[in-house]
Amino acid sequence: MSSISREDVAHLARLSRLAVTDEELDRFAGQLDQVLAAVARVGEAAVADVPPMTHAVPLTNVLRPDEVTPSLSRDVVLAGAPAAEDGRIRVPRILGDAE
Amino acid sequence: MTSTADRLVEFDEVLTRYEPVIGLETHVELGTASKMFCGCATTFGAEPNTHTCPVCLGMPGSLPVANAAAIEATIKIGLALGCRIANWSRFARKNYFYPDIPKGFQTSQYDEPLCVAGHLDVEVDGTTHRVEIERVHLEEDTGKNLHVGGATGRIHGADHSLIDFNRAGIPLVEIVTRPVPGAGRLAPEVARAYVTELREIVQALGVSDVRMEQGSLRCDVNISLNPVGDLEWGTRTETKNVNSLRSVERAVRFEMRRQAAVLDSGGRIVQETRHFHEDTGTTSSGRSKEEATDYRYFPEPDLVPLAPDADWIEKLRAELPELPAARRTRLQQEWGISGTEMTWLANAGALGLVEQTVAAGASPGDARKWWLGDLARRANEAGTELGELAVTPAQVAELVRLVNEGTINDGLARQVLDGVLAGQGDPAQVVEAQGLAVMGESDELVAAVEAAIAGAPDVIAKVKAGKVQALGALVGAVMKTTRGKADAPTVKRMLEERVLGS
Repeated sequence: MSSISREDVAHLARLSRLAVTDEELDRFAGQLDQVLAAVARVGEAAVADVPPMTHAVPLTNVLRPDEVTPSLSRDVVLAGAPAAEDGRIRVPRILGDAE
Repeated sequence: MTSTADRLVEFDEVLTRYEPVIGLETHVELGTASKMFCGCATTFGAEPNTHTCPVCLGMPGSLPVANAAAIEATIKIGLALGCRIANWSRFARKNYFYPDIPKGFQTSQYDEPLCVAGHLDVEVDGTTHRVEIERVHLEEDTGKNLHVGGATGRIHGADHSLIDFNRAGIPLVEIVTRPVPGAGRLAPEVARAYVTELREIVQALGVSDVRMEQGSLRCDVNISLNPVGDLEWGTRTETKNVNSLRSVERAVRFEMRRQAAVLDSGGRIVQETRHFHEDTGTTSSGRSKEEATDYRYFPEPDLVPLAPDADWIEKLRAELPELPAARRTRLQQEWGISGTEMTWLANAGALGLVEQTVAAGASPGDARKWWLGDLARRANEAGTELGELAVTPAQVAELVRLVNEGTINDGLARQVLDGVLAGQGDPAQVVEAQGLAVMGESDELVAAVEAAIAGAPDVIAKVKAGKVQALGALVGAVMKTTRGKADAPTVKRMLEERVLGS
């Protein structure tokens, strides 16, 4: 049961802005297939009267009051960025030449 | 990207061949003190990147917790729009790659929004148009990009960009309509009326300051055209960046004219995002939507589901204020005015001001007269909103009282208003300080009246010959010598007593 194709991996890599080589495409397709197969076993155990769940804890409405708490200092924030300018995080050109 | 000017069909002509279908997605930035999933402050205009923390910067290991006030505000908006409030709702990750999204996804809602299936009725040209609301959901805002190196800060041609994450994570409510067919030539006005009414509602709820110029209310406008009589709707475009009520109307109008020209020439409408340009009133093609549709939504594992119970929802429903439509109906009845007058008041932004002026003791007629008359003119001259004039409803009510008591007349009242607007205090203080009260039958007034009689023997002769209305000229002369401070009916009586000896 092969559900993840090479093209799927290439598509996901592009969406995630990951540079993936041709060999890696083959390798990851195989690995991701195994991951999906492992998770698919949950489907075998599921029965009609068990609704799909996304959380293992039986909690709802976990909220906090609308209160302001201290933020990080800007120096600390910018120190974690590859580049900064005028108090802002600097990123490379957003639109490429092709766009 | 094409830069050639779009060909356009005249608006009236569009409607001879095509029917528009509109849809609106409106984002409202909530006015909570703290962000959606962390405690960072939401203050507008702070120094860049001073309101951030590991949660809103998307640092590994940080965990979000939802803001209770934001959830309640969203439910209130849903209730005000007649929505059904879900008893089970979840957040979802909307994955996409863009620098203003620090986490690589936006925490939003997908197939389990908080509120669904509502409606909003808007009135245009005396007819009511029902706009169906598909959903109201809660998400978080993005950071702000500043593009450097290109012309006028545009992203095109920029060398690099600078990001401020202060806005990232501020709660954002998205209100999505169902497609609205059948508005025909009124489509641009219906779109504008919808956003106007929605803004009024959100304002009445007190959950956002809904200032379009600051971006706390933003609009995306969907438009498609189909040939008249076709059952199938056309391909739609989504115009973003529509940042004023007037622009909502202009964007619909422009897209209708542009799409008609494309269809006329046998072309196809591309489903795409377009950008609205405030300066020219035009739209231009943005990112192609096909590239961006793969958001790979999945339930947000770091936030547990929301399950508002009936008690909570009813508590919030009980807290709803009187909504704008109900308020307008009530005030129209209380004030005994026509629907047209009500529309004038609403369009002038004078509704609340008149209401407060009446509450401070003025009659509805007097309150309307001042706000729609002198004050509207002054606001217009100063290029500001009525509500931004330096006069309070209580001061207008005091002015009205002074006129009705006879302390000042209408002419003096205008001078008093000048004083109030110039920051010289309340009307009574201005009257006192500038001696603007109407003159009683004082020695000064008697002298002015007698001087007027002595100075116009020809007029007196006419009056004595039976032309009583010629006295009007003398009333004018006395008003002039007293610089408008005399009471005209008193002056007239004094003149008659002296000339006709009644």
